[in-house]
Amino acid sequence: MRQVAIYGKGGIGKSTTTQNLNAGLGEMGKKIMIVGCDPKADSTRLILGGLAQQTVLDTLREEGDDVDLDMVLKEGFEGIKCVESGGPEPGVGCAGRGIITSINLLEQLGAYEEDLDYVFYDVLGDVVCGGFAMPIREGKAKEIYIVCSGEMMALYAANNISKGIKKYAETGGVRLGGLICNSRKVDGEAELVEAVAKELGTQMIHFVPRDNMVQRAEINRQTVIQFDPSCGQADEYRTLANKIDGNDMFIIPKPLTQDRLEQLLMEHGLDT
Amino acid sequence: MDAREAVLDKYSGRVFKNRKDHIIELDEAGIPKEIAANSRSVPGLMINRGCCYAGCKGVVLGPLRDTVVITHGPIGCGYYTWGTRRNKADAPDGRNFIQYSFSTDVQETDIVFGGMKKLHQAIKEAVEIFHPRAVMICSTCPIGLIGDDTKAVAAEVEKEFGITCIAYSCEGYKGVSQSAGHHIANNGLMQRVIGSANDEVKEKAFRINILGEYNIGGDGWEQERLLKKIGYEVVAVLTGDGSFEALTHAHTANLNLVQCHRSINYIAEMMKTKYNIDWIKVNFIGIDETIRTLREIADYFDNDEIKKRTEEVIGEELESIAEERKFYRSKLEGKTAGVFVGGSRSHHYQNVLKDFGVKTVIAGYEFAHRDDYEGREVLPNIKLDADSKNIETITVQPDKEFYHVALDKERFEELRRQNVELEYYKGMFKDMGDGTITVDDFNHYETEKVLDIFKPDIFYSGIKDKYMIQKKGFPSNQLHSYDYSGPYACFKGAITFARNTYLSIYAPAWKMIVPPWRTKPTLEGTMGDENYA
Repeated sequence: MRQVAIYGKGGIGKSTTTQNLNAGLGEMGKKIMIVGCDPKADSTRLILGGLAQQTVLDTLREEGDDVDLDMVLKEGFEGIKCVESGGPEPGVGCAGRGIITSINLLEQLGAYEEDLDYVFYDVLGDVVCGGFAMPIREGKAKEIYIVCSGEMMALYAANNISKGIKKYAETGGVRLGGLICNSRKVDGEAELVEAVAKELGTQMIHFVPRDNMVQRAEINRQTVIQFDPSCGQADEYRTLANKIDGNDMFIIPKPLTQDRLEQLLMEHGLDT
Repeated sequence: MDAREAVLDKYSGRVFKNRKDHIIELDEAGIPKEIAANSRSVPGLMINRGCCYAGCKGVVLGPLRDTVVITHGPIGCGYYTWGTRRNKADAPDGRNFIQYSFSTDVQETDIVFGGMKKLHQAIKEAVEIFHPRAVMICSTCPIGLIGDDTKAVAAEVEKEFGITCIAYSCEGYKGVSQSAGHHIANNGLMQRVIGSANDEVKEKAFRINILGEYNIGGDGWEQERLLKKIGYEVVAVLTGDGSFEALTHAHTANLNLVQCHRSINYIAEMMKTKYNIDWIKVNFIGIDETIRTLREIADYFDNDEIKKRTEEVIGEELESIAEERKFYRSKLEGKTAGVFVGGSRSHHYQNVLKDFGVKTVIAGYEFAHRDDYEGREVLPNIKLDADSKNIETITVQPDKEFYHVALDKERFEELRRQNVELEYYKGMFKDMGDGTITVDDFNHYETEKVLDIFKPDIFYSGIKDKYMIQKKGFPSNQLHSYDYSGPYACFKGAITFARNTYLSIYAPAWKMIVPPWRTKPTLEGTMGDENYA
């Protein structure tokens, strides 16, 4: 079982990319579980065809100790199992602690079946506190992909996340598997992301072009592969799925200094 | 090597550098010495301090008998501060919640989703069942971490139930000791409670408040008994057997008596600024000190009848204890003692020991500030560190309606010249000297060490180190809880204290037994690894 965590700046397309990529892996016949680690609980909407999910934490709160796995685990497109951790409303409580509680409970309930090929953790934005690092702590997710674009703040976040990975890589076994570029069509995007990836010691595993098809599929509550299996964007996600399935480059990242990051932006990000 | 050097000798460089300024040897009384105090403890040292929550909930707010004090947090904080301080209370109106412990019993899901709803529900239940005069919310560490808006909950329930509800952000991690919690509690009481009743100020009446008296073992009751006998009216006691109700009238008193300077000086000062009520540092622990205190209060009011009654009461009280006083003096004369406790008591108790001829050779505070050692004259020189700046300081303005007519300046200065501690506390050092030693934020190791060096006949401390001291063969009596005895205040209290001291010194049970490890080894081992041989 490969346990994979997807990180990246807020709004960069982590959930969209994760679900589309999983649709590709599902098509290949892989057995997958997605664990949404975002209090908004919208990490599995496309796989399930809507926000039908009762979250782990809500269930725990309402049912007390009497929680069954089928209350919180739903199957969607291609038999992909979906779980949403959930969490408090914005501004109250502790979402980080919620993720820790939730993942521990899933383990207790036996959600991590032996025959799963993949478990994906779709994690909220930046690693802001210990709770959000939960998927990469204690030997849970062993490989990380960072979704980014060629935008400055996306790369800045990717570099910061790399610092978190480095910390846990030294004490646990977590490794960075690569950057996924979710294109925003900025100048010199592929070169820039490739350069940053190289400097971090990793790779840009795939460049996902920007396509309105993604938006259309999302409005229809579907992944691109389900919505229009024959379109070009569906193939892009299939390629990404293939590359991740065959990936063997797992490294401890070497985070960049702020100066070096800005230098790379100057070199590649200005189309002259 | 002198005593101080001997204590410090074992410490490594960094620890030595920190601790050397906390341990002061006093050669002659009155010579000013600087001590480091109210700073972070050294990790790893076994100290006696409590936390900010302990100071706020446990010390200052807890004794209010008609008030529900809710611990917002997991159950441990509430449970382990339940009934441990022996602050006694007796309510004439039946509103006495001292024997209860109120807690929101926060669980994991409350941490994740926030504990505000549960807090609201807890207050609702408490109000419906107990009908308290007020509700105080004391936050514990995890509540500060998840950022529950307890002040918003307090405002909500005030509107909903028409009751005063005050939220204190006294999370345990704040500050360096319980001292931070005292300050936070003082602020809340000053802002919301004191002066909230709209009564008239009675001029020229002998109305007093007792500040910093927590009625441990009934101390406050004994003080009230004497003061009432003389002819004073006690408006409010902060906070031993105190009530929210009485506190709302506290601004109508003419004089504030400050017993525990450390925990309540903030309110004393603010009441002076806001209502022009003078405060005087008193001490009801010890016979001579009680006499001095009673005479100074009478001097302050400068009324012939009060002065006459004061002398009569002193005479009556002295007569009632004369025989026992003589007996215990004969038994205790020439003994030596150590006192490691609190932020004021280590000074107070040296006086009662002196009454019976016992010399204090070691003294130390857990959480005092420099002014409690060196006197308030050092206040302008105390440099606030980041830990202290983190604790809110509030300022008050003179109250238009309730500003008192106080002592004229001339009379004030005259009393000060007579060494009456008006708006002043002289601190502990001036009553010590002569090769004695003072240790701030004392720890287990230093306690053992000073016992070995000074070999006092008795040592006064708290429950945390009591048995360690006794196992070393020294009698140890508690000054936090009085070992289920008391009161120790005033004339009769001094006799009770002397009796307990006498019993402990003359029945040194722990000294009489030979523990097994003195005669045969309790551990067996062999040198197995040649690398370590």
